[in-house]
Amino acid sequence: MAKRTKTYGLLAEYETPAALYRACEKVRDAGYAAWDAHTPFPVHGLERAMGLRPSIVPYIVAVMGFTGAGLGFLLQYWSSTEAYALIISAKPYNSYPAFVPVTFELGILLGSFGAVFGMFGINRLPQLYHSLFNSKRFYRFSDDRFFISIEARDAKYDPERTRKLLEATGAASVEEVED
Amino acid sequence: MSAHDRHGPLVRHEQVHIADDSPWKKLPMAFGAIGVGGLLVAFALKGSDPAKFWSSYLTAVMWGLAITLGGLWFVIVQHAARAGWSIVVRRIAENLMLALPVVAALMLPLVFLGTHDLFHWSHPEAVEHDPILKAKAPYLNEGQFHIRAFVYVGLWTAFAWAYWRWSTAQDTARDAAPFSHKMRRWAPVAIISFALSLTFGAFDWLMSLDPHWFSTIFGIYFFAGCVSAVAATIALTVILLHRSGYLRGVVTAEHFHDLGKMMFSFTVFWGYIGFSQFFLIWYASIPEETYWYSYRGHGDWLTLSLVLVFSRFVLPFLGIMSRKIKRNPRTLAFWCVWILVAEFLDMYWLVQPALAHTRGVEHIRPDLFDVTTLVGVGGLLLAVFTWGLTNRALVPLKDPRLEESLNHENF
Repeated sequence: MAKRTKTYGLLAEYETPAALYRACEKVRDAGYAAWDAHTPFPVHGLERAMGLRPSIVPYIVAVMGFTGAGLGFLLQYWSSTEAYALIISAKPYNSYPAFVPVTFELGILLGSFGAVFGMFGINRLPQLYHSLFNSKRFYRFSDDRFFISIEARDAKYDPERTRKLLEATGAASVEEVED
Repeated sequence: MSAHDRHGPLVRHEQVHIADDSPWKKLPMAFGAIGVGGLLVAFALKGSDPAKFWSSYLTAVMWGLAITLGGLWFVIVQHAARAGWSIVVRRIAENLMLALPVVAALMLPLVFLGTHDLFHWSHPEAVEHDPILKAKAPYLNEGQFHIRAFVYVGLWTAFAWAYWRWSTAQDTARDAAPFSHKMRRWAPVAIISFALSLTFGAFDWLMSLDPHWFSTIFGIYFFAGCVSAVAATIALTVILLHRSGYLRGVVTAEHFHDLGKMMFSFTVFWGYIGFSQFFLIWYASIPEETYWYSYRGHGDWLTLSLVLVFSRFVLPFLGIMSRKIKRNPRTLAFWCVWILVAEFLDMYWLVQPALAHTRGVEHIRPDLFDVTTLVGVGGLLLAVFTWGLTNRALVPLKDPRLEESLNHENF
């Protein structure tokens, strides 16, 4: 069977967070869109150096949270006034203070689902295969090295010019990664 | 930023010291005059209706206590947690804490002169025919009430003064580390003393206004207000100092963000505690518990109760939630003022219905007592606070981890 030789993109390796930070600013200013930085720990301010827009996860959480709270309230309202209208401790059917704990908890529950699964969805997780792991060097991203990957599908991607750009950012090494 | 320069000082002198020709230097005298004037007018008016006067006075002092006790809490809890982010705003809280002894001492005239006007349990003839008050008499009697007031005021004065002295002395000390160690070592002791004195203080001065009623969560309810009030005051002070050109590049959007988070979280906490208190009483529906809410649920008091729910929880909850709002000084300043006003409404709601209920009054008419006592207490609080701001550095200069705080960033 013939081996596929499609290119995923270029991978540049850096030895320090500061070098990565400056390199990200250059890649950002060059106008690339399909690229990412990989670090073993969070680097403060890297999102600014990369020009990332704020995440939309908070909005997903807000919508999910309010939906959960609203549905939680309606569930109790419907069951206590329509489905099983029972008088409990001489209180009205629609005893809304009693509905608050469950309303609150369902708001939290769906809000957390929104946070976790929204984050998974945006990051397209879980992924059983990722091309970057075709590079043996890349494994050090979770240990002591810092990487930038620029994908071949980026409109600005050009094997020669992109490689030159990355080399000019002071990368310790630049390599092509197979898809 | 100067913080990255390892060879020079971390902050420039003019960033963290208020200049001699600044208008800020005139504030302590001005606020002092306003405060003394307000209290003199208030006490001069007292004769016309002593009970209403003490009721307004207690409202104002409890509001001042919420802010200054919050200051003490902020300082000791940051030391206990060995927090890094808060070091650049800690001195603001320390100066609020410096006003705590003054505000707490304002409680003593009430305890000695106003007890009979405000506290039903202080009348032996009423207690004699009342089995509930009789049972509570070993705790709720004047002798113990006086002693406890001295204990609370004494504890708060001792901790506030000690921490203010240690922190400001560190600024000029040759060896800074022992001060940090001392402040951290004493922090747990201070926290336990604070928690107990605040809880029983709230029982004595707020809850016992209606001596038949009780709620074990009451101290925490008051505490929740203290924390959001102090976060709001710190943030507001820094925003005003920024406008005068101080602390720029020292306290950043990152610190505003954290103070905003504290305001937000304790707004939620207030709602949680307030609702928990209401919920259990509403659900059990036992008359001697429910009537406290019942007379807050009639006439103008019902309106105030609803205003409180929205102004102290619902609106700030939605308003301060966004990250952008917490990091923008203008929007944050709006919510800081909002929280401080709502905290005053909360104290009004806790204190004043008791007297109105005994008189059968269901309408709310803010009067001269409310205004003059608030001006008096607020003036004295701000006089001491601005004295601290203008006479010491605005940040703990020699805190060993000042650089960490200057470079603090949120994820």
